[in-house]
Amino acid sequence: MAVPKSKKSDGPDVAAPALNQQTATRDRSVASIIKNAVVSALLALVLFSLMIGIRTETGPSGQLTYWTRFGELAAVVGAVFVGSIIVETIKRWTGPLGSVELPDTVRRAFSVLGRVLIPALLIFALLVPVIFYNQRYLLDLGILVLTYVMLGWGLNIVVGLAGLLDLGYVAFYAVGAYSYALLAQSGLPFPYFIETYPYVAIDFLQLGSWAFWALLPVSGVLAAFWGVLLGFPVLRLRGDYLAIVTLAFGEIIRLVILNWQDLTGGPNGVSGIPRPTVFGIPLTPGEDGFAALIGVPFSPTHRLVFLFYIILALALLTNWVTIRLRRLPIGRAWEAMREDEVACRALGINITTTKLSAFAIGAMFGGFAGAFFATRQGFISPESFTFQESALVLAIVVLGGMGSQLGVALAAIAMIGGFELFRGLDQFRMLVFGGVMVLLMIWRPRGLVSHRAPSVFLGRQTAIPSSMVKEGDG
Amino acid sequence: MTGNPTANILEVDHLSMRFGGIVAVKDLSFTAKRGDITALIGPNGAGKTTVFNCITGFYKPTTGMIRMIHGDSREFLLERLFDFRISKLAKVARTFQNIRLFAGMTALENLMVAQHNGLMRASGYTFLGLIGSPGFRSAERSAIDRARYWLDRIGLLARADEAAGNLPYGDQRRLEIARAMCSRPALLCLDEPAAGLNAREGEALSELLRLIRNEHDTSILLIEHDMSVVMQISDRIIVLDYGVKISEGTPQMIRDDPKVIAAYLGTDEKTAIAVMAGGA
Repeated sequence: MAVPKSKKSDGPDVAAPALNQQTATRDRSVASIIKNAVVSALLALVLFSLMIGIRTETGPSGQLTYWTRFGELAAVVGAVFVGSIIVETIKRWTGPLGSVELPDTVRRAFSVLGRVLIPALLIFALLVPVIFYNQRYLLDLGILVLTYVMLGWGLNIVVGLAGLLDLGYVAFYAVGAYSYALLAQSGLPFPYFIETYPYVAIDFLQLGSWAFWALLPVSGVLAAFWGVLLGFPVLRLRGDYLAIVTLAFGEIIRLVILNWQDLTGGPNGVSGIPRPTVFGIPLTPGEDGFAALIGVPFSPTHRLVFLFYIILALALLTNWVTIRLRRLPIGRAWEAMREDEVACRALGINITTTKLSAFAIGAMFGGFAGAFFATRQGFISPESFTFQESALVLAIVVLGGMGSQLGVALAAIAMIGGFELFRGLDQFRMLVFGGVMVLLMIWRPRGLVSHRAPSVFLGRQTAIPSSMVKEGDG
Repeated sequence: MTGNPTANILEVDHLSMRFGGIVAVKDLSFTAKRGDITALIGPNGAGKTTVFNCITGFYKPTTGMIRMIHGDSREFLLERLFDFRISKLAKVARTFQNIRLFAGMTALENLMVAQHNGLMRASGYTFLGLIGSPGFRSAERSAIDRARYWLDRIGLLARADEAAGNLPYGDQRRLEIARAMCSRPALLCLDEPAAGLNAREGEALSELLRLIRNEHDTSILLIEHDMSVVMQISDRIIVLDYGVKISEGTPQMIRDDPKVIAAYLGTDEKTAIAVMAGGA
């Protein structure tokens, strides 16, 4: 980090001429470093004296046996003491974190990089199947990353733009996946519905090879419908309360799927979900398959490449729609709502429809991603739609910088790619991962790309620093 | 100016607002005339902001009627309209005592958000806007022109692309008024617009309010503590104390009303008359 040395976290102005004043500052900062370290060490002692200092176990005849491990305890407390001194010294040295002002040249370099980065990423994404054609693993990883990029962009509408903290986003992913899976397998899944209204009943099986393309919008619409359904009860909730209700909503959807065995197959899931076709032409080795049609030998990689381009197209669609919506009155109303809901009401903006539209559109993209997930896997079960997924997608949005499209994409690459990168570390993977996230949040508390680009401008578009932009509380 | 210039634009009839056992506004009746600047003054806790919140739909009055009469003699009963509809249908805009700008959005964006309803219709409720229909584009251009006009009027054209939260306090005050004006209100309610302004900024504010009255078809209702602003620009003043109207009239009449002075000094009328006599 390029930080001017004069930026001390406390103490009087360092530029003061008197030399003894400088030494006094240093003395005081040394004392406070030691004091902090002692406090941390004491806390560690209290905490670890039971966790590490005493070890209990059930003896051979069921009685409690215990022994002490004061050596280990002393080592841990000592490590905390020394670690605290090191961390504090580094902090003094680099100045207060969070208020890091990059020099102008560095910032300009970043802005040039930012301008080049987007087209570069796009071209790279388009070329991935060409470059890594023979590496199935990397293609699979690419598809996974893009799925999370799309989910991140979808959730970004709700959390980043509208400022509504949604912890149950996976619910819409699940609705999309199950909508596609069930409709593609058995037509409208309610036999009595078909009996009662035979003229409206559509047999989706007749769609045959077009099933995915016909049902993709249906899955999105159904997910949007559930988004509105979630939106209604939480209209009046804000902040933590909203987060808890959305969390519960995600769990309710999962539990219903798990327990409604007649419809969803419960824990056994749904298998044999139709695979996507190249607009009607199946990707199979047969005579009427895509490979035979264009006259190349069949390879299972074809399908992988095709799936890659489908999810790339879906993700880019999400991105394009989001960028356009931001410049439309609805998008500006979302951001205004995030900034100040009361002022919005005073300006005649209908908060109800604004919130519901954010939920619906965010959910719709989640539904698209879900349908893609189902067709890619060919098998879905409730296990794929746990809270962990919601948390992961939310982490991507927060890490990326709420509201920033580029940031979310970078965060998805870093998070999902990072998971794979640290695979060699085995059980320490999560530990390393957590550590990296904590460091990132200290360095950039508002995410990787934390400034906001205005949606309309008269003269020059100048980014708004994150300190101005609110995170939304509703 | 359209319609009968001496006609009422706002009629508040027997308005009462109770919070539990506390009566904030008691049986208040007053009118505001079209094209006038009407001021609502009174000591702290007199119930001025409560009246405002009733008019602008943030509170639902306990009893009473608030009638908004437009130039084309359409009428709206504000106590029956809900929330955002007061601004959308009845065309009553307001500002806030503590500035409520969209701090993370630029000055221009703030003014664009204020034109939400018109733009929303022009964008075919987003669907036409998404495909970039020419109708929406021209609507957006005229919205930007309107914003530009108001930015010019408040002297912020050069800082249009700056975050609203970054602007100086006085500019934020005027930007909030400009934002309210961008929603094309028939009645503009200002809650202490001069609070925290220095003398020069106060002068600029008075000028802006006069411009709104003279050049736009918008009547103004304002709450104010700063007597110099009130006396300078108001056409009529209504004085509240403890939720009751104690006086009403032109600035000159209010200035000489012992009841008003008594209320402000916190004494009875006799002392006030004595003080006035002493001062004169």
